[in-house]
Amino acid sequence: MTATIDAPPATPSRLATAPPRRNRSGMLLGLLAWIVGLLFVAPVLWMVLTSFHNENDAATNPPSLFAPLSLEGYANFFGSTTGASPWPPLLNSVTASVLSTLLVLLLAIPAAYALSIRPVRKWTDVLFFFLSTKMLPVVAGLLPVYLIAQGIGMLDNIWLLVVLYTSMNLPIAVWMMRSFLAEVPGEVLEAASMDGCSLPRTLRTIVIPMVAPGIAATSLICFIFSWNELLFARVLTATVAQTAPVFLTSFVTSQGLFLAKVCAAAVVVSLPVLIAGFAAQDKLVQGLSLGAIK
Amino acid sequence: MSTALEPRSDAATADRPGDGRSARRAGDWARRAPLLPALIFLIIVTQLPFVGTLVISFMDWNAYYPDERGFAGFDNFARVLTDVNTRDSIITTIVLTVSVVLISLVLGLLIALLLDRAFLGRGLVRTMMITPFLVVPVAAALVWKHALYNPEYGLFNGLLTGLFGENAVQPDWISTWPLSSIVAALVWQWTPFMMLIILAGLQSKPHDVMEAAKIDGCSNWQTFRYMTFPHLRQYLELGGLLGSIYIVQNFDAVFTITSGGLGTANLPYTIYQTFYNAQDYGRASAAGVVVVIGTILIAMLALRTVSSLFREEGSR
Repeated sequence: MTATIDAPPATPSRLATAPPRRNRSGMLLGLLAWIVGLLFVAPVLWMVLTSFHNENDAATNPPSLFAPLSLEGYANFFGSTTGASPWPPLLNSVTASVLSTLLVLLLAIPAAYALSIRPVRKWTDVLFFFLSTKMLPVVAGLLPVYLIAQGIGMLDNIWLLVVLYTSMNLPIAVWMMRSFLAEVPGEVLEAASMDGCSLPRTLRTIVIPMVAPGIAATSLICFIFSWNELLFARVLTATVAQTAPVFLTSFVTSQGLFLAKVCAAAVVVSLPVLIAGFAAQDKLVQGLSLGAIK
Repeated sequence: MSTALEPRSDAATADRPGDGRSARRAGDWARRAPLLPALIFLIIVTQLPFVGTLVISFMDWNAYYPDERGFAGFDNFARVLTDVNTRDSIITTIVLTVSVVLISLVLGLLIALLLDRAFLGRGLVRTMMITPFLVVPVAAALVWKHALYNPEYGLFNGLLTGLFGENAVQPDWISTWPLSSIVAALVWQWTPFMMLIILAGLQSKPHDVMEAAKIDGCSNWQTFRYMTFPHLRQYLELGGLLGSIYIVQNFDAVFTITSGGLGTANLPYTIYQTFYNAQDYGRASAAGVVVVIGTILIAMLALRTVSSLFREEGSR
């Protein structure tokens, strides 16, 4: 499977080869694609628009599309009225996501090496063991984790989430990195070792640069999954180590005029993932398919 | 697969026949060494807790009654398996997972077919399509619950008023169709995922063969039915499998949109509640063990799918 998804910049070349506009049904299908795309993005656009309205305009029926823009929602979200600042949870999310992603790479790259370039015996079994841990529902192991964390005083500690997110993403990362490392041609490594290049040096100067795009794809996916995680964070953290998704759950049962604030909160918390995802659209599909699609 | 290095290391050890065996064993361990940290870490963090769950599932343990802790035999399992709530949540889990995966696969396929053609602004439409998948799940569920479904000022009812005037019907979406509300929000998030995987499949199909089919007079439907679809099958399977793994475990949407009420509590939510609110550790663990057994059965099927994909990749 060596499919490549066209990144947006590649589109013009495709357009150039398209038949001229004599095809009426072709135009209609293009129009249909636009309508479907707009339908799917509409809730996000509505979320962004509402976040920039003041609370009164946000809660009208029928909706007031052209109400004056306002930063009231954002001001409220950042604690101008309640005093509860979202910054500590946001920073906790950054800490947990970034550190666990680094830890995942540190563990996954050597493991993937031992499953591709210099494979251990029965390496396919090991690979499937990694994937099978991903299939066991996390909720089934949650209670012992909670009890152990309670016993060693790690509840409400961001390091506990770093460790758990690392284990959550490690199988995905091993699968992805293995498929990228398997692409490194054996002759290159052969040549390096003929020339007397030591193994760590081969890794550092030849292998890592060759699979750098793969490492980027892996990091992106691990970052997104850690950033989004709710169940562990909800059960295992409280006031000190709560992450951004846990902070968001305080809006679940809200009443009254708060729609602009909720939408502002959703925009702020989603922004890092949106930016990372848009910037690396072509990496996204590689990552989501565990490296099976390139 | 690059196993090119393998013979060389064996050849090196064969020079000294006397201690060839121990050298080879050392070589084996040198190969395993980079694997071990990841493997040991994963076993400790993900497998040991399951052993704990298994042990606690045979115990009478409720944190509200710490003095009554003891061995319970199969009581927890009997309670879990005869409990109406658990049975309902098993059914809810199946309905939720199957409907979300199937609907988003079909929609994803149709949209991928639309996007596989050249048209003005194709890259932009593709970007718009993947946006829902990049919204943090809790945030997406909050927006659907409050900004779209809300009967008084949500967008859906607002549009109904806008289209049909003051007397338009104003349904209370979540109370009237609780499970469908969750399904709709999840389909919105997961269709882009399926679309991306299927689109990658479409773009990897052999163009020369498609061209030949066209020249030989195959209709569009024939080309799709006999060439595109068989080629796409493995991509559809991959999307369905990965989607199922994530959606079967969904907690965020159920927790946010209905808080498990109105018959929408799936297994992850029910276990979370038994443990977090009812503090019934024994029973929560028994439910966890039941889930694990169910998942293993499904996972064995799923793993077979992946390994067939994998063989194809390997034989490339």
